[in-house]
Amino acid sequence: MANFIQQVVAGLGDGAIYASLALALVLIYRATHVINFAQGEMGMFSTYIAWALITNHGWSYWPAFVFTLGLSFLGGFAIHESVIRPLHRAGELTVVMATIALLVILNGLASWIWQPDEKILTSPFGGGTWSVGSIAIPQQSVYDLIIVLVCVTALWLLFRYTKLGLALRASAVDPSASRLLGVRVPWMLSIGWGFAAILSAVAGMLAASAQFIFTPGFMQVTIIYAFAAAILGGLESPVGAVIGGLLLGVTINLLGTYFPGQISPDLRLPAALALLLLVLVFRPSGLFGRTVVRRV
Amino acid sequence: MPLLELSEVHARYGPVRALHGVSLTLDEGEIVALLGANGAGKTTTLRAISGMVARDGTIVFDGEQLPRRAETTARRGITHVPEGRGILGELTVWENLKMGAYLRRDRKAIAQDFDQITGELPWLSQRRDQQAGTLSGGEQQMLALARARLSRPRLLLLDEPSLGLAPIIVEQFFQVVRRLNVEQGLSVLIVEQNANAALDLSHRAYLLEVGKVVLGGASAELREHEGVRKSYLGY
Repeated sequence: MANFIQQVVAGLGDGAIYASLALALVLIYRATHVINFAQGEMGMFSTYIAWALITNHGWSYWPAFVFTLGLSFLGGFAIHESVIRPLHRAGELTVVMATIALLVILNGLASWIWQPDEKILTSPFGGGTWSVGSIAIPQQSVYDLIIVLVCVTALWLLFRYTKLGLALRASAVDPSASRLLGVRVPWMLSIGWGFAAILSAVAGMLAASAQFIFTPGFMQVTIIYAFAAAILGGLESPVGAVIGGLLLGVTINLLGTYFPGQISPDLRLPAALALLLLVLVFRPSGLFGRTVVRRV
Repeated sequence: MPLLELSEVHARYGPVRALHGVSLTLDEGEIVALLGANGAGKTTTLRAISGMVARDGTIVFDGEQLPRRAETTARRGITHVPEGRGILGELTVWENLKMGAYLRRDRKAIAQDFDQITGELPWLSQRRDQQAGTLSGGEQQMLALARARLSRPRLLLLDEPSLGLAPIIVEQFFQVVRRLNVEQGLSVLIVEQNANAALDLSHRAYLLEVGKVVLGGASAELREHEGVRKSYLGY
């Protein structure tokens, strides 16, 4: 039982990282109707910026964390303005190709600027555990979960209760009707990309600490988990992405512990994707995907 | 000086030319109807004004050239209720109304306008959290008009408001438009298939055929015009 609880908590910690990145994918999918294949590498690039601030410029962790989120917002905004928006008229497939190009470019850029060798982003929480009876709860996992939940809640409040949030949602739902109401839709979509970049930066920085060492390719497995989480949740559903991410994290950890013969770390990814396929066969629109009710 | 003046406006969708030099005017406080068959260019004329379609020619609004982008046109005080009503179906009724006041900063006056409009249409506040896409066609049209009112337009562009609605609903809708015109001096440019209703509502009207204005005048006179009667009124 103790082991079960430990694994669930560890799974929630991993899952929070997938959830954050999956939510970034959903934000962009809702705004631009494309999957952003570069989302993981955007988070990776942000992580290197945070690492450079801490290691090369002597910043302490939290100021570097917050500053990186701000820079990431601007970066996401700039990517939409300079690359995605001009390609918009060319069609969705072209935009998808552009995100794949961005994936490779960002990865190359990180290797070029910071060298491809292994880096360490020390966790601000240490590697300790809390003991509750016989259960050892990993602190890092709990803090990862809290940070992601705080970010997600803040974003939800913004989307739900502010005028900016309303305009962001309106732009995603119906760009031309929104324009007629005076909304600068391309601007709103760029802001959406900015928020997605923040979420992927959070995922990147937490994942780097959780993995202890990182290289420019360190988000490439995480992004696949995030794709799985987003699709599991329904791709259009922000709540689905978060729950999908957490569910995936927990499932993978439990599979690793209890599956006959215990699935080795190498087999986690295929196991997770097999699970995804299984869910999709029975619920093609994902767990929280819904058919939009519309009367004409 | 007219509030709105179109001179030789051309517009095209890709290679397909939709307007071949439309010229018309609209005075402050006037209701002007655009009549014509399907494909005559009525909707495109509205879209050219609000900047939803690329155009040539000049459009002067309130003494100044009108910008060519929809979001800037809206800032000049032109509210376009498009074909299909432009309801944000996944947002709630209340959020749709809020979007009407998106460009306004005068919180107190916005609150007053909300009170006024929900006083007239209490169901808007009773069903404020309902997804707007689940409203009936008539309700969506009333919501679209209420939302347009919240943007306090200087000029309201209405595209086929009667489309798909029961005659009694259409009558109610036109009554509200008429009242806003009389009480608040709202200027309206309306595109309508139902020529009879449109001529009843409007002060003046233009007849469009294949992307050009072929006839214009006071609505009462157009009603007597033989061609209009035969082709559009059916008697």
